Amino acid sequence: MMEPINAFVVLSNFVLIPALAYGSQIALGALGITLIFGILRFAHFAHGDIMAFGTGIVILTTWGLQAQGIGFGPLPTALLALPVGIAVTILYLLAVDRTVYRFYRRVKAKPMIFVMAALGVMFVTNGITRLIMGPGERRFDDGERFIITVRDFREWTGLAEGLALRSSQVLTIVVALLAMVLLFWFLNRTRAGKSMRAYSDNEDLALLSGINPERVVVITWAITGTLVVLAGTLYGLDKSYRPFTYFQLLLPFFAAAIVGGLGNPMGAIVGGYVVAFAEMGITYAWRRVVSYLMPEGMEPTGLMQILPVDYKFAVTFGILVIVLIFRPTGIFRGRTL
Amino acid sequence: MSEHALAPSPEAVLIGENMTGGYGGADILHSCTIAVEKGEIAVIVGPNGAGKSTAMKAVFGMLKLREGQVRLSGEDITSLTPQARVRKGMGFVPQTANIFPSMTVEENLEMGAFIRDDNFKDTMGQVYDLFPILRDKRRQAAGELSGGQRQQVAVGRALMTKPSVLMLDEPTAGVSPIVMDELFDRIIEIARTGISILMVEQNARQALGIADKGYVMVQGRNRYTDTGEALLADPEVRKSFLGG
Amino acid sequence: MTGYLRNVALFSLMGLALALTGMFQSWVLALTILNMSLISAMMALGVNMQWGYAGIFNVGIMGFTAFGGLAAVLIAMPPVPEAWAAGGVGAILGLMLGAGTIFAAILVWNRLPPGKLRVVALIATLVVGYMITRFVFAPATAAIVRVNPATEGYLGGLGLPVILSWPVGAIMAAGLAWVVGKIALGLRSDYLAIATLGISEIVIAVLKFEAWLTRGVNNVVGIPRAVPRPVTLQQYEWVQGLSQRLGLGLSETARLVELTGYAIMFAIVLGALIWLSEKALNSPWGRMMRAIRDNETAARAMGKDVTRRHLMVFILGSGVCGLAGAMMVTLDGQLTPGSYEPLRFTFLIWVMVIVGGSGNNWGAVLGAFIIWFLWVQAEPAGRWMMDTLTSGLSADSPIRQHLMAQAAHTRLIMMGLALLLMLRFAPRGLIPER
Repeated sequence: MMEPINAFVVLSNFVLIPALAYGSQIALGALGITLIFGILRFAHFAHGDIMAFGTGIVILTTWGLQAQGIGFGPLPTALLALPVGIAVTILYLLAVDRTVYRFYRRVKAKPMIFVMAALGVMFVTNGITRLIMGPGERRFDDGERFIITVRDFREWTGLAEGLALRSSQVLTIVVALLAMVLLFWFLNRTRAGKSMRAYSDNEDLALLSGINPERVVVITWAITGTLVVLAGTLYGLDKSYRPFTYFQLLLPFFAAAIVGGLGNPMGAIVGGYVVAFAEMGITYAWRRVVSYLMPEGMEPTGLMQILPVDYKFAVTFGILVIVLIFRPTGIFRGRTL
Repeated sequence: MSEHALAPSPEAVLIGENMTGGYGGADILHSCTIAVEKGEIAVIVGPNGAGKSTAMKAVFGMLKLREGQVRLSGEDITSLTPQARVRKGMGFVPQTANIFPSMTVEENLEMGAFIRDDNFKDTMGQVYDLFPILRDKRRQAAGELSGGQRQQVAVGRALMTKPSVLMLDEPTAGVSPIVMDELFDRIIEIARTGISILMVEQNARQALGIADKGYVMVQGRNRYTDTGEALLADPEVRKSFLGG
Repeated sequence: MTGYLRNVALFSLMGLALALTGMFQSWVLALTILNMSLISAMMALGVNMQWGYAGIFNVGIMGFTAFGGLAAVLIAMPPVPEAWAAGGVGAILGLMLGAGTIFAAILVWNRLPPGKLRVVALIATLVVGYMITRFVFAPATAAIVRVNPATEGYLGGLGLPVILSWPVGAIMAAGLAWVVGKIALGLRSDYLAIATLGISEIVIAVLKFEAWLTRGVNNVVGIPRAVPRPVTLQQYEWVQGLSQRLGLGLSETARLVELTGYAIMFAIVLGALIWLSEKALNSPWGRMMRAIRDNETAARAMGKDVTRRHLMVFILGSGVCGLAGAMMVTLDGQLTPGSYEPLRFTFLIWVMVIVGGSGNNWGAVLGAFIIWFLWVQAEPAGRWMMDTLTSGLSADSPIRQHLMAQAAHTRLIMMGLALLLMLRFAPRGLIPER
């Protein structure tokens, strides 16, 4: 009778919990993509690099705090550094908007021109990040590493399988949930949030109603900056920080936003978890789980892994293709906030 | 001919006088004059391409005038942007894309009141009294409503600023005759509360039926101007523009 | 005519910059830059066909280039008989089974009536097909990788002259483009962008991890050369004579001769490509492509099959990128999957096209030359700039040391600024579309 429980513990330890954390990180990134698409109406290709930039600021601040001997008890010091990273990133994004994107808004440029400009911003941001942080891996996690360790879990439950719950995972899920709740509260309950949705819905009518588009744009960048630095910091704490890895996260971000329906925040969140669970599930070796569930003597001999981990991008891409073919507008019809 | 009625009375709430201009290229309007008086309904009719909607957009500041003047309650507003005109007390309901489809009915009304800093609950109540169906559906996304109900949302949104003049660009385009009658009834009700109505209409006969003043436009010029009743009775207008 | 003179002047300035590099830095460097410029110019031409002629936004250039580069290995490397014996049949059969599975799935989807049954049948086909494929494929590739892993561990190639890999690389990249285009063209342009970005990452993943085919991160080195190696060249009497006449060392002369050899071959191919591109652009076909680009709705209304035309030009442009990729691997003499990075192989090409002038073939070529030159020269320039900027700090200041170590990254900033400034102030590029 313990067999299914053991199977579930293994599954939780290696797939469910990590995917929940990873999905939260992707969802936060994808929310930014979807907001920018809904308001500014272009595909924000600099998103991964902005994330690397903002997280870099968080890391530098964390190091500074650590050098001063300031910590956050059992929680990572990076949480204290977050406001600084977010503030700097928002200022950077607003400066970029002022110098780059605003001109194209004025001349009502085509979306593809915005994308080109975003490529330029991507280059510059990437260069700045590498100049400050270097291209290598950077560590900045501290505090309590585990909430539950494998050994504790085994002792408490007496099960054969252990379950580790890392604090970074719990932190990611909690922070992401909080951020999402706040975002939805903002969009649905506040005047500024509603004006954003109105602008996304019908730009001309929003103008007629006296909504100031530049204000909406500023709010959008501020929210995006906050979300993307959160995503980057949580990802860095949970896994590791490297500018190039962050650039590559662009693909799951976009996949999540498109799968959910570009421009739809709820879609971005659902899309994030869909992408994460698919990536984890398809690249996981299921042998141990299946062994517990199969009758004695029928355990599988192979790894039971559908694709090697190296192909996680292929999984993301696969989901994207399936959605593009069968439901191009995404799970939740796109282009609304 | 009713040319005598062309000169607008000086106490008209909104006057677009001798408007000449177009969208950058050749002029579309030629010395065209439109005026509405307080609590009255003025209707612009005319054949396709006569510049009806353009005339209304000119009054609302959506195209640049080369000549002429727009005055609201005596104040010259010719150089103001449409947004500024909304603040001055003009409400505008575009012909298409006139609601926020993914937002609820109530949120649409709230957005209509965006420029207001005071409490607008009363105004919202008045809109709900005018269009009771909207009160029942206030939590529904406006995009999910029927065509007629969406028009009601659009008109309601424009009313939220408590305008002195409400401008409607073909409000009955694409709705069934029953819904059209219903909508006209509501428009009369709005006018009775003291709000002036300026409206462009394809359904000339029905529109002139409720109009205090009618403007028949042809090729960007005023052709006939008179009370709605008089225009409906004018055999020439009937023959050329109302299909006999 | 003044436009023509201006263009000639621009190209002459570029030539002068290369000559100055040769005189003041080294001729090997100048020729190295020239060779990569020629290859980059081809990639820029490919992108220009897609973006400049047709408005297709492809950010998967890296994938098509790398996939074309694989052709150099598959064509030129000698086969590894033991590996073929160990699992060659299984690997090939596995690939065919995989392709068969997808084909069967498409057939199921198209033939069966819509409904639950169709979905079930589709999934069943894919699952069963996958299991059969895996059953054949996995042991075969595992066996191949075990053959002599230090130097081989892959199937090798066909042992044919490496030049053959150029057209083959083009065809391979074109085939890949056909698949991607079938899926993503006809959808919104941002979707195509994401799809191409994804496919390029997948291609790199395949090159990195399908060791039985590419040796993966162990790299394939020593690909047979198209031009004799410098060591071989040194033995030729005319090279020795040339060395004396130029007053250069023998090894340097041999290297210069080798590089010149490649430069000539690349220049011929590039010349042919430009000629063909110009022909195409000024043909009724080219005019139609531009008409579609400028007003897709009108073109559709005129009964043009826009998606088909887009697919065609997407395949052509990607094929050109594949050709350039094969040539680059030929020049390097090795396939190093780990070295492909999207900034360098996708987005830098975009900078070239925008700076040069999208829609104009000569513009794309000029952009490639300028940007590649800057890309290479920006590294010392960045170091110099950083040195000057931080000269106020003492030499052992950690900030200065860090910034000096990362100074090379300033070229990313310069490229970004070049793109942004061109886009803003001269959006039509150095040589605008006619």
